[in-house]
Amino acid sequence: MGFLDRFFKEPSWGVHPDDHKRPAADAPLRILPTPERVYMPLSQHVGGAARPIVVVGQKVLKGQLLADAQGNISAPIHAPVSGTVFSIGEVTAPHASGLPFRAITIESDGQDRWIDTELVADPFALAPEDIARKAAAAGVVGLGGATFPSAVKFALGKRLKVETLIVNGGECEPYLSSDDRIMRDFADQVVDGVRLVMHAIGAKEALVGIEDNKPEAIAAMRKAAASFSEVKICPVPTRYPMGSDKQLIQTLTGKEVPSNARAAEVGVLVHNVSTCAAVHKAVRLGQPLVERIVTLNGGAIATPGNIYAPLGTLVTDLLAFVGLKGEPARLILGGPMMGTPLAHDRIPLVKGASGILAFNAAEAATPEAGPCIRCGTCADACPMGLLPMEMAAHIRVEDFEGAEGYALGDCISCGCCAYVCPSHIPLVQYFSYAKGELMAAERVKLRTDATKRLAEARSARIEREKQEKAEAAARRKAEKDAAAAAKAAAAKAPAKDSGQAQGETV
Amino acid sequence: MLVSVGSLSLMGLALGSMLGAASRYLAVEENPLEAEIQAMLPGSQCGQCGYVGCAQAAAALAKGEAQVTLCPPGGKATAEALAAKLGIKVDLSGVVDSGPQIADVTEEICIGCSRCLKVCPTDAIIGAAKQVHNVIREACTGCSSCVNVCPTEALSLMPIPVTLQHWVWPQPASSAA
Ligand code: SF4
Ligand code: SF4
Ligand code: SF4
Ligand code: SF4
Repeated sequence: MGFLDRFFKEPSWGVHPDDHKRPAADAPLRILPTPERVYMPLSQHVGGAARPIVVVGQKVLKGQLLADAQGNISAPIHAPVSGTVFSIGEVTAPHASGLPFRAITIESDGQDRWIDTELVADPFALAPEDIARKAAAAGVVGLGGATFPSAVKFALGKRLKVETLIVNGGECEPYLSSDDRIMRDFADQVVDGVRLVMHAIGAKEALVGIEDNKPEAIAAMRKAAASFSEVKICPVPTRYPMGSDKQLIQTLTGKEVPSNARAAEVGVLVHNVSTCAAVHKAVRLGQPLVERIVTLNGGAIATPGNIYAPLGTLVTDLLAFVGLKGEPARLILGGPMMGTPLAHDRIPLVKGASGILAFNAAEAATPEAGPCIRCGTCADACPMGLLPMEMAAHIRVEDFEGAEGYALGDCISCGCCAYVCPSHIPLVQYFSYAKGELMAAERVKLRTDATKRLAEARSARIEREKQEKAEAAARRKAEKDAAAAAKAAAAKAPAKDSGQAQGETV
Repeated sequence: MLVSVGSLSLMGLALGSMLGAASRYLAVEENPLEAEIQAMLPGSQCGQCGYVGCAQAAAALAKGEAQVTLCPPGGKATAEALAAKLGIKVDLSGVVDSGPQIADVTEEICIGCSRCLKVCPTDAIIGAAKQVHNVIREACTGCSSCVNVCPTEALSLMPIPVTLQHWVWPQPASSAA
């Protein structure tokens, strides 16, 4: 590691898995020929699903708005190819459950015609809010996998007066190299995007953290950032999970983000390198987010590498393009440590998908789990300083509150603990299970509170209606009595004022 | 003018403090256990337990006059929680629990009689006379009150459908940890 040691000492947390990044990372970027059909999901981001504004049969151009953002935290969806809206229906979500979600299917006309885009010559003359607005309109979300709408984060950074922008080029997950590739091939776009994000949040400096196993990316980024002293390229030690926000912030600034707090509260904001490139395209070229670089890697793939593909492309089409050596034993969206297992390949590429891995039988083999020998290796590896064996022991007997007592909420599901466990205990699955159950319990509580309020509102309404009815009845009775009295009076003194009395009773 | 303003505010003050004192000295003794139990019940006031509503059911539970398995909409989960709260051991293996359920209208046979709408304790049914009715899933507690009044059996209970937002990871198959 040489001179770097002077700046960063080797972290005590995490693991160092075999990174399997090359040769895929070194293969030149390939462009996927436009697929016949793309399936653009309505929720590819954290927050509310987008609301379709197109109808079946409508002609759309590449980059045209398909579905609008809905709610404060949401992102719009644009057409990744030009063609015709074929249907608005359901496709399998890139999610471990294999459940469906809504998507707009577009049949490509093969011409890839763009909508008219608005070029901005000097985006730095724009107000910071305008940068955020353009990024929001372009549907830019965190491309590192978190898929949080970027503009919302900009607003947060601006409000909390964030001084330092951390740019995440860590890409610590084995097998993945899409961020590496974007830094090598589009370093100028990335650096421009970094400066635009700084402008949007009012940051004074940007620290670009890149793991030192990517020397080509570091060199390319240094060259692109040479004339901008505020953008500093900082190689960081290769250590999983360096690409996790909290770990990268700590390595670069020495600041620790407290549990339950956001990074912005310690004066930093983290954005991924690919996100910055998307901001560049959105602001300077007016192009919405409709394509991305995705790594196709794994033992079952004939020509592993990075592909530039329209969003909504089926994994089937991507796999056909790179070729398969044999039937993959396991398909994963994302990296092997934190990725999502896919049930089959008829699943669309989404904004947050940095890689598709097709593993052969040898790579996919999971050793049989044994009993915990309480060796403590997992606790040493945990980057969050947790005690995985204690949490798992509580979860095994369904004591979720007990696990929470060991700060289960701080677990980032990085998988270090399961990776090092000599007994091959599926620790992360225990934690995902427990987090899901706790969340479900919370939802049930909220639901019960809400239905309770509804039931109370109904009782109150029924009570009120009863009272109103009684009042109305009393009023009618009084009126009747008055009318009867008037009639009696009129009968006593006939002719003269009977008309008036009748008028009163109406 | 001044006199009337002054006398009115004086009256307000005097009456207010009387009310305050009354609420302190004449307060109805509320059993804290009862309140806690009531918070654990679904709150749909459906009456399937045989009591007028959840508050009465909670009172009976607190006095030990009712079984923890009294509440059908609450199901096994509520029974377990109640047993834990009251420190009772119960054998729940006999309790058939179909899991949380909600009502669903079969649109083809709904005649729009509006009977269900009137009995739903949480106003979870929308519709109007001679219109097809529907259930707001988020508001339905699965109390089955509506199922019992529907003349055409258009209403039935079904398990809450699993969606992407509701799905949770299953427990790992191996029990080693
Ligand atoms: S590493 Fe595995 S065997 Fe060792 S203490 Fe942790 S869970 Fe137990
Ligand atoms: S407990 Fe959570 S944060 Fe710690 S190593 Fe395991 S998965 Fe990572
Ligand atoms: S059955 Fe349950 S929800 Fe219905 S009134 Fe009784 S306690 Fe409340
Ligand atoms: S819709 Fe039916 S089952 Fe659901 S809360 Fe209302 S009455 Fe009960």
